[in-house]
Amino acid sequence: MKRLTYLKDVATLLYDQEKCTGCGRCVEVCPHRVFVMRDKRAYIVDRDLCMECGACMRNCSSDAIVVDSGVGCAAAIINGMLTGGEPSCDCNPKGGGACC
Amino acid sequence: MSQLKFISQPAAASSCCPPQNVKEQGFIDSHIDSTIGHVPRVRTTLTNAEIFDHLKCRVSAYRNSYTVEPGLYAVGNPTAQSEVMVSANYKLSFDHLRRALAGLDAWVLVLDTKGINVWCAAGKGTFSTAELISRIRSSRITELVSHNRLIVPQLGAVGISAHDVRQATGLRVHYGPVLARDIKQYIGSGLRATDEMRTVRFTILDRLILTPMEIRPAMGKFPHFAIPCLIIMGLKREGVLFSPLWHEGMPLVTMLLAAIISGALLTPLLLPYIPARAFSIKGYALGLASMLGLHLAGLMGNLHPLVIAASWLWFPVLSSYIALQFTGSTTFTGMSGVKRELKYGLPLYIAASVIAACLLIAYKILDLRGSLS
Repeated sequence: MKRLTYLKDVATLLYDQEKCTGCGRCVEVCPHRVFVMRDKRAYIVDRDLCMECGACMRNCSSDAIVVDSGVGCAAAIINGMLTGGEPSCDCNPKGGGACC
Repeated sequence: MSQLKFISQPAAASSCCPPQNVKEQGFIDSHIDSTIGHVPRVRTTLTNAEIFDHLKCRVSAYRNSYTVEPGLYAVGNPTAQSEVMVSANYKLSFDHLRRALAGLDAWVLVLDTKGINVWCAAGKGTFSTAELISRIRSSRITELVSHNRLIVPQLGAVGISAHDVRQATGLRVHYGPVLARDIKQYIGSGLRATDEMRTVRFTILDRLILTPMEIRPAMGKFPHFAIPCLIIMGLKREGVLFSPLWHEGMPLVTMLLAAIISGALLTPLLLPYIPARAFSIKGYALGLASMLGLHLAGLMGNLHPLVIAASWLWFPVLSSYIALQFTGSTTFTGMSGVKRELKYGLPLYIAASVIAACLLIAYKILDLRGSLS
């Protein structure tokens, strides 16, 4: 099947290879295989595959990865614009909304 | 951001006795007597009623209250060497897991994610490091096992810092495969997942399953647009007449329906085959295509050029807007991309809507003044 990719050059993924300890967690958690290990260090293969979920950042113990993660959902972002807050996918006003 | 400030949080629930409503949880078939008390044992098969419940989750708000009690469960006859699997308390997620564990002996630790699936809950912060640590403590799972392995679903990594969990509890997080159905192979191969198992896909079937919850909200708003369309077209100097309402209103309502289907069903299904990357453009393209189809079918024959112009302007835009909503359901769109689409899209959507409304009003004014015939 054709691989689905989203917009080019928008992902906010930043990676500082100097800080990499080679633990391989980012390679393990990335659902789109953005990272690979080479010579005991992580490398970014294709930044455009990044969906900014933030799993790599959260599991990097040496803070080598920074990504502006959040819900990539139009309704959530419009919600955030209207309320002036962060994008939120709690469409259900009673809370506990499970729209995503 | 991942400092250990949550360590002081009190345990979320006591584990001394099964929660009160556990008896009502039909998937529990017995209890295991352990050194820390009763641990409910779950079935690894789904009943027909449960499969029907899953269908309801796919098409309705039933999903919003489909939960299991958080806490510790057993599958099979787990021992001190059995693996500990972490899950969310959305019953659909939990059911997928227990079914995938058929024939294995394992412990399942269910976090309180407010009934949300693992990936979304991790994004929202309920499937979190703090909740996991608190649940490890309250369940006393470390007293039941003699190893330090914890299998967390890979998509849960969005909310879990493995190194913080280790520091706080001594347990080492192993991220399992993306899909529950690969768990047996993962455990069988010594907690090693293939690249394949670690990659999130988005097959046509995955997309199809999601479309009912795209179509439903759009159809919920359908009458708000369809009824005014019918009334405006039917409105004549003599009042609202049925003949123009039918002959000029129904084509508009048909186009409205086509725009919803293009945006909420066809765009998700044909996603990889529509050349553009932006969802707004994919939706617009299919919206235009459906308008072209209706035009060729002769649907617009009865309409005034001003109404036709408004239709060509607005319905593809509507399809585009609805298609953009699907970004919230995909497995590969990121926030920055959606923000960019909205930055360019929203002003265009608003402009197109205002112009289309003006065209329609202009038509109606001319029509009512009798200067059309």
